[in-house]
Amino acid sequence: MAKQPNKKQEVGTTGHSWDGIEELNNPLPRWWLWTFYICIVYAIGYSIAYPAWPGINKATAGFLGFSTRGQVAEEIAAVETKLAPMNDKLASVELASISGDAELNGFAQSAGAAVFKTWCAQCHGDGAAGAKGYPNLLDDDWLWGGAIEDIHFTITHGIRNEDDPEGEARYSEMPAFGRDEILEKEEIAQVVSYVMSLAPGSTPADASMVEAGAVVYEDNCAACHMEDGTGDRMQGAPNLTDAIWLYGGDYDALMETVTNARYGVMPNWNTRLSEAEIRAVATYVHSLGGGE
Amino acid sequence: MAILDKHTILEKNVTLLAIFAFLVVTIGGIVQIAPLFWLENTIEDVEGMRPYTPLELAGRDIYVREGCYVCHSQMVRPMRDEVERYGHYSLAAESQYDHPFQWGSKRTGPDLARVGRRYSDEWHVDHLTDPQSVVPVSVMPKYGFLSNKLIDGKYVEDVMATHEFVGVPYTDEMIEAGKEDFAAQADPDSDYDGLLERYGEDVQVRNFDGQPGITEMDALIAYLQMLGTLVDFSTFTPDASR
Repeated sequence: MAKQPNKKQEVGTTGHSWDGIEELNNPLPRWWLWTFYICIVYAIGYSIAYPAWPGINKATAGFLGFSTRGQVAEEIAAVETKLAPMNDKLASVELASISGDAELNGFAQSAGAAVFKTWCAQCHGDGAAGAKGYPNLLDDDWLWGGAIEDIHFTITHGIRNEDDPEGEARYSEMPAFGRDEILEKEEIAQVVSYVMSLAPGSTPADASMVEAGAVVYEDNCAACHMEDGTGDRMQGAPNLTDAIWLYGGDYDALMETVTNARYGVMPNWNTRLSEAEIRAVATYVHSLGGGE
Repeated sequence: MAILDKHTILEKNVTLLAIFAFLVVTIGGIVQIAPLFWLENTIEDVEGMRPYTPLELAGRDIYVREGCYVCHSQMVRPMRDEVERYGHYSLAAESQYDHPFQWGSKRTGPDLARVGRRYSDEWHVDHLTDPQSVVPVSVMPKYGFLSNKLIDGKYVEDVMATHEFVGVPYTDEMIEAGKEDFAAQADPDSDYDGLLERYGEDVQVRNFDGQPGITEMDALIAYLQMLGTLVDFSTFTPDASR
């Protein structure tokens, strides 16, 4: 420890002394001091370049003119500019011709899949398989038509909503046969039995009611669901002769459907998505397996 | 230096040190917080904002009670990915009638600032009753019990008066008609002209849960379906410099 006395003379002490132990007044390390000074200079520069100092009504704007809102607008504009040629093309060509153009179709499929995951998957499911009350988009059973034009129309205007600015939402209203006392409970049970006899894979709960149910069907249901039960897409009346049920095909579910009716609602997307986005997602849905 | 030597007085007197430390922190706080009360971008006035209707207010209380804010934020940040997923970024003014605000700090579930009119009422009923029935990977708990609890807006006028006390511009007329408006919004067959007159034509009047009677489910869905829909961004463009 021969160096100690020299050091003490060199830098002195802080004057603090505990039980004879003294504290040397060493300078701060150079690298630390310089980093500290650079930080101060940087902070001053930063507060000049970027919005910082509050004033009376506004904060100083900064020489770089940066704003978070401006930045997000720029980023979005940059992507839109980049995609504009494809989006313009997508929004202007004939719907039916999209799938024939390999480049455009590839673009529409990718963009459509992204739109679907963001806006559609919550109801129709990640893989578009739907859920009770939300149609499966993978099969070829369509309520309002499965041609690309039909799908495009449905997405644009939605179903049974009151928000579509053009008022073109698809609309069908099955009467609530039980709640509105159009049919007796007995008659509803009969017609449900009849409907169950139409669908493959289901057996009527009570076979003796089928015959009477056919009469009730003829009088009350055939106008929309057609005499043979195959439905009518013009009116959004489902096909009753396939094994696909939106709200379930067992006795209890069908009793509920006929008694209180069902009113599935789909939002209109024309106020949220661009025409190109709607066309992209229509192309995507059309390609999932059931497109016509 | 003499002035620096004086610092030893502070260092040797703990009470004095506490007082001066408090003063320094106070100055720092004022510089950061006080300008928010007069800077134009934090008090930006936007078209369309209105106080919540009594039913929405009741729904908001249920939202707070059930701790929805623990997993859901209500704040679309100005970033491209968020804007593309949720819609227009949130404005400060859109929370101006929130006491307390529901910005949240964690997203276990998605942001709800713009959830209004995005899904059907039926979807909300299905989803609140059994989230996994529509979103299989969801970890959200089931809130079906909301459908069982009938509410009559007994205290809604008091709640409105309290909000008025902290600065929400409810008029005396609005508060007086609180219970009436509360019931009218959930019943499309009622006379709801007064409600629309007081809160605007865009108020959504429906039987939100599709069941007879006004339940907590009605109130919560009325609140959710309004979220983020008050400012019409097709006609309003926020000042980009802010």
